[in-house]
Amino acid sequence: MSEFLAMGGYALYVWGSYGVTFALLFIEVLLLMRRERKAGR
Amino acid sequence: MKWFWYASPQTFFPLAGTIARWCGAAAGVLAAIGLYIGFFVAPTDAQQGEAYRIIFIHVPASWMSMFIYVVMAGWAALGLAFNTRLSGMMAQALAPTGALFTFVALWTGSLWGRPTWGTWWVWGDARLMSELILLFLYFGFMALQAAIDDPRRADRASALLAIVGVVNIPIIYYSVQWFNTLHQGASVSFTRAPSMAATMFAGMIVMAFAFWMYSIAVALVRVRCIIRERG
Repeated sequence: MSEFLAMGGYALYVWGSYGVTFALLFIEVLLLMRRERKAGR
Repeated sequence: MKWFWYASPQTFFPLAGTIARWCGAAAGVLAAIGLYIGFFVAPTDAQQGEAYRIIFIHVPASWMSMFIYVVMAGWAALGLAFNTRLSGMMAQALAPTGALFTFVALWTGSLWGRPTWGTWWVWGDARLMSELILLFLYFGFMALQAAIDDPRRADRASALLAIVGVVNIPIIYYSVQWFNTLHQGASVSFTRAPSMAATMFAGMIVMAFAFWMYSIAVALVRVRCIIRERG
C-alpha cells in the first residue's frame, strides 16, 4: 500500500495531478447543485 | 425525431435533466474503470516510471478542453445564424467546464513536465502558450457574457469572440508538428496505431469517455439553471 502511494518517488506529481483534478470536478458539481437549488426546481 | 421541438428551452428542459442523470452515472462508472486500468492494469513506463500515470487525466482533459471549445463555438455560431435562444444558453453552459478542463490540462502538464522535462513551465513554448491562450479565451467568453445585461446581446457578442477564437484550436493541435516545442508529438492519432501499450491506451480512452460523459452531464445541468434564471 505505501509502495503504491509512493508512486516510485513521483507521489507529489501523480497525486498532485489527480487530487487537484478530482477536487475541481467535485467543486464544480457542488457549485452547480447549489445553483440549481437557487434557480428553483 | 422532432428536432425543432427540442430547440425551445421549455421543451428541452426535462430532456436535459434525463440525459444529465444518465451521463452523470456513466461518468462515475467509466471513471472507476479508467482509474482501475490506469493504476492497477497498465504497466510502469520504462522511461518515465510511475510519473507517466498523469497522462490518464492529462491527455483526456486536453482533448476535452479543445473539443468543448469547438462545440461551444458551434452552438454560438448556430445562435448567430438562426437566432435560436437555446444555442446561446448551451454555449454559455459549456464555457466553465471547458475552462476547467483547460486548467486541468495545464496543471497536470506542469506536474508531468517537472519530473520528465525538468521544468514546470516554459514561456514561449508553442503547445503550452496556445493552451494558455485557450484558457484566456474561455475566461474572455465568460467575462463578456457576464458584462452585458441583456442576455440575447451578451449571446451575440460572446458568440463572435468564441467563433474568432476557434483559430486557436488547430494551432494547439498541430503546434507539436508546426513549431519547435518541448511537448512530445501525439501518441494517438486517427491515421496510425497508438504508440503505447494497449492497456495504457485503454486507460486513456476510458478516462476520455468518463470526462466526456461528465461534461455532457454538467453542461446540461448548467443549461437548466440558465433556462430558469433567464426565465
